[in-house]
Formats: sequence, structure tokens, C-alpha cells
Amino acid sequence: MVHNMRRRKVKREEPHLGAVKLNIKSYRSKSKDKPYLEDLKKVNADQKRNMLSAGVDPSQRSRAGTYVQMDHSVVHSRSLFPGLEVMSTTEAIKRYEWVDNYIWKVVSAKADEFTKEALLKPHHGYFLRALPGVKATYPLQACLFISDDNIVQNVHNIIIAEEGADLQVITGCATSSDVRRGLHIGISEFYVKKNAKLTFTMIHNWADEVAVRPRTAAVIEEGGKFLSNYICLKPVKTLQMYPKAELVGKNSLAIYNSVLFAHPGSHLDVGSRVILKAENARAEVVARAISAGGDIIARGHLRGEVAGIKAHLECKGLMVTEKGHIHAIPELEGLVEGVDMSHEAAVGKIAKDEIEYLMSRGLTKGEAQAAIVRGFLDTSIMGLPSSLQKEVDNAIASCEKEVF
Amino acid sequence: MLKIENLTVKIAGKEVIQDVSLTIEKGETMALLGPNGSGKTSLIMAIMGFSDYSIVKGDIYFNGKRITGMDVDERARMGIGIMFQRPPTITGVRVRQMIELIKKEGFEIEKEAGNLKLKEFLSRDINSGFSGGEIKRSELIQLLASSPQLSLFDEPESGVDLENIALVGKVMDRILKKDDGNMGLIITHTGFIFDYVKPDKGCILVGGRLHCVGDPMAILKTVKKRGYEWCITCEGEKLKGKSRT
Repeated sequence: MVHNMRRRKVKREEPHLGAVKLNIKSYRSKSKDKPYLEDLKKVNADQKRNMLSAGVDPSQRSRAGTYVQMDHSVVHSRSLFPGLEVMSTTEAIKRYEWVDNYIWKVVSAKADEFTKEALLKPHHGYFLRALPGVKATYPLQACLFISDDNIVQNVHNIIIAEEGADLQVITGCATSSDVRRGLHIGISEFYVKKNAKLTFTMIHNWADEVAVRPRTAAVIEEGGKFLSNYICLKPVKTLQMYPKAELVGKNSLAIYNSVLFAHPGSHLDVGSRVILKAENARAEVVARAISAGGDIIARGHLRGEVAGIKAHLECKGLMVTEKGHIHAIPELEGLVEGVDMSHEAAVGKIAKDEIEYLMSRGLTKGEAQAAIVRGFLDTSIMGLPSSLQKEVDNAIASCEKEVF
Repeated sequence: MLKIENLTVKIAGKEVIQDVSLTIEKGETMALLGPNGSGKTSLIMAIMGFSDYSIVKGDIYFNGKRITGMDVDERARMGIGIMFQRPPTITGVRVRQMIELIKKEGFEIEKEAGNLKLKEFLSRDINSGFSGGEIKRSELIQLLASSPQLSLFDEPESGVDLENIALVGKVMDRILKKDDGNMGLIITHTGFIFDYVKPDKGCILVGGRLHCVGDPMAILKTVKKRGYEWCITCEGEKLKGKSRT
């Protein structure tokens, strides 16, 4: 009897491990069509502000092209750089027969209820492609925007960096300020061909009651490089994602950098997974997670399938308030002799000696804590464009203000 | 002026400083000598106000104002600065960023970083992977930038190679002479630093108690010749009017 009671108690203590249950039917599957905008500057001031904070600049300064989807409508889609293609996935399917070879190939439609929903009720999504050898000076930007309250948005995104291409993409996901509730399902399949490079930066600026279910996978061929940056600093009800990169070609590389901030009431279950399948493949997964009262599950998984691969996983968690929860789950899996994989994980609070060190130089306690948090959430390694870096710095500063 | 009256300090319930009284007048520099574990670092950490060092008795006054119980940052803003012996690493906070935050008007970062052989360290995280000597120089540039009226130096020469002791010593001397009335408290084992900084007086701390305040060079000479224990005995004898020095 005692044994059974103990068992039940343990179960209750692990509520965070299970995915937060969502009822897809509780969201509206229809939304009003939004007009196509030839001139992106015509988005309203609120939308502009929210897009900017997610890294998408309606003025398109220093951008190679733009895709904007509002709810279920494509409102802008244009490439400004020769050799880069920007269109909706729906348009790409119409235009190219071969696109079928890139849809539901690395993400399975049967994976879960969200992939099934996206298969059955697709609402476009972006198709971005760099032709062979094309090296764009500026990044492409894509924005998936929710402007109607309580809808579900199912997008299917495809990015292809053809052989020898160099493509940078900034994706911003945001909502209008009056949106409270919604569900975003994003299927993303990325293909990095031989000796190509894809730098993908995703910024999530959702709202308090928005649920987010990205399902993402990338395939990287010989000599290909995939650099993925993920930033989530604003409140979100529940976010659950575990993007995967498969390094299938020799000398391929995948780097994931994530910065997470969980506000009270936010539940973030975020990880990155790399499967190293080819000789001399390299991977690095780095996550920095701060809980200011919200829950974070920071996952990471490296799987070495051949000899001669090298990979490192790092997860650092910082608790900045009395409440909150960070659960770091790093996993390493070696299948053969000769793999070289390592991980380090740490969860703690801001060290008192560090705060007092800065205070001994004259900083107030709040200033010292803020400086340490800003340093912890350092995004300078992501190589963001300066305008976006400024937006991210502002978002980090507003997180600091909220806590200290 | 720094005035410490009958100070008793505890760390984790254990007394590390017992009934210490000392005064550093405006413009004065004091050398604090003592064996390992004698409480020297604890004394300056208590002066700076670090929370692990709880004052159970006595008071500290700075320029006539009672600072016992004040927060560390308040003391720093009043003009007290510290050069740590073993400072923590501050990940993500760059040396340059720190200097920008604390520097006084007219401080030239590039020039001073050049003088202190720290140019390439400005973009590094504070103390991250720094050698002993690099830590000292990084601490010094921060002290130089904030230009305190009272500087507390915790073993400035430890971990510094002979070549760089001159550099460290000269910068300490500049900090102490920058403004009229600047004060210093220097913890040292070896006294090497006295070739560059001339303390006005010296004292010995053994077992958390202060002994033998007097001429720093004479004290150092005696310690080198006869050891700390002898010094304490000597002081005891002196109190009885039987001085042997």
C-alpha cells in the first residue's frame, strides 16, 4: 500500500515531462482572406511593430526578399535577388512537379496529431530556394503572422540551398497585439545540398495564450553547413519543438544555438537533435535557458552512427526568480566505436559572488543582475544583422526589466 | 579617512577578525602583512561590505560616515574600490563593457589597455581563462577607470611574474597618487610591491588580531628575519615596556 502511494506521488511530481495537451478543435480553422500587398509598407503600424520585433522589416532594407503570410493568406511574396526564389509552398507545388520530392520527406505526416492536421488542412507556408552557386549578400525574410484571434494556422515550409549556394533566412513569427489565443503548426523541411550553407534564424514573438507546435527537420549533404539560431524571449502559452538535423554527407556540419526565456505561465519544451551519419560530420548544440517563473524543458540529442564524427551538446539554465522549472535533458547515443561526443549541462541561479563583484564596481544589484543575464543570453555569436541584433537586445532588455 | 573600531567579523559562524581597530588618514597608504589564513582578505572584504562577512561587533567609518551595514555598491559609489586576489569569472560581460559602465570622465580605454597590455582582453569575458597576471591587470584597469578614493589591494603581486610586478606596482602608485587624499590598504606577503608603492605605515594581522602598527619597512624586515610569531611576542613584550626592537 505504502509502495503504491509513493508511486503515485512520483507521478504527480513530473507533470512537466508530458506534452501539454491541446484540443485542436477548440481553435477556429477558418479565417477571413487578407488582401495581397504589393507594397509591404502598407501593413498597419501595430503589425509593422510586431513584425520588426520578430526580425522582419517591412521596408525590406538589407533583405534579399520577403514572404509574409497573415493567418491563412499570403500577403506578400517577392525575391529581390537574382537566383533566390520566394513563393508560397502552394505556388511551388503548382510550378514545380519535383517539389513533391521535398514535401513530407524528412518530417513524417504521421508523426502526431499536429502533422496530420497540417497534412489535411494546409494553409500555405513559404518556399525559399537558392539556386546552385548563388550567394546572397542579404538574408531572405519570412513572417508567419497571426492577426485573427483564436485561429489555427497550419503552414508547411520548404527551404532548399542548392549545391554551393549560401542562403541566410530570418523567420519571424508574431501576432497582432490584440490576439490572445491561437495555435500555430509549422512543418519545416530544409535541404542543404553539397557544399551549400544555410543560416536559419527563427524568432518567436507570440502572445500569452498562443500554442506553438513546429515540426522541423533538415538534411545536410556532403560539405554542407546548417546553422540554426532560435530566439524566444516573449511569453507563449505552450511551445513544443524538437527540430532534427541529419548529417548525411561527409564533412557536413550542423550548429544549433537557442536562447529561451520563460515568463510566468509559459511552458517551453524545446530541444535540438542531430543525427551524424557520415564520416567527419560535426555538430554543436548550445542552449541558454532562463526561467523567470515559467517551465522549460531543454532537450538535446546527439546520435553518432559512424566512426570519425565529433559533436558537443551544451545546455545552461538560469533560474532568476523563486518560482519556475528548468529540466535539462541531454542525450548522447553512440552506435559504433570511434565516435566523439560530449555534453555539459548546468542549471542554477545567478551566483552571489558574481553579483557582488559587479556591485563592488558601483553597479546596483539590479544593474549587476541585468548585466549577468544579458551576458548569459549573449546572441552575438549568431551573427544577426545589426537592425535585428538591436531588436533582440531590446527584447532582452525588456525581459530584464520585468525581472529585476 | 578610514576608521575601523573594534571590528569583529564572522564567516559561516566562525570569527575571522577579532576586535580590530585601525585608521588610515587621508593621503595615507597602509601595508597589511600576515601569514596565510590570518584574516587579511576577510578584513578588506568586510570593509567592502561583502555579504558573507558579517560584522558582529564594531564599526567602520569612511570620511566620517558610518558604513557598517551599507551595501557593497553604496560603498563603491562613496569611493571605495577593490582589487581582488581571486575574482569570479563573469560570463558574457566583457572587460570593455565593464569599463564603459564604471569609468570616470576622461578615462582613455584604449590607451590604458595598451599600457596594461590588455588590448586583446577588452573583448573577452571578465576573468574568463585569464592567467594570474592577466587577472591582476584586468582588476587594475577597472580600478584605474573607477578611480576610487580608497583602494583595497589584495595581494597585488601574487601570480605575477617579476617582469610584470613593475607594471602592476607603477599602476597602483598612479591610482594612489591620482588625487590628493587618496588612500590605500595593501595586503602583501613578500613586500616586492614596496619597490614601487611606498606605504606610510604597516601592521601585522595574525589569527584575526592586529599587532604591531608601525614603520612598514621595519616590520617587513623583522618578519623576514624572525617570522610572524616572534613579531607578536615582541609586541607583547613592548606592551609590557620591554621592547627588544
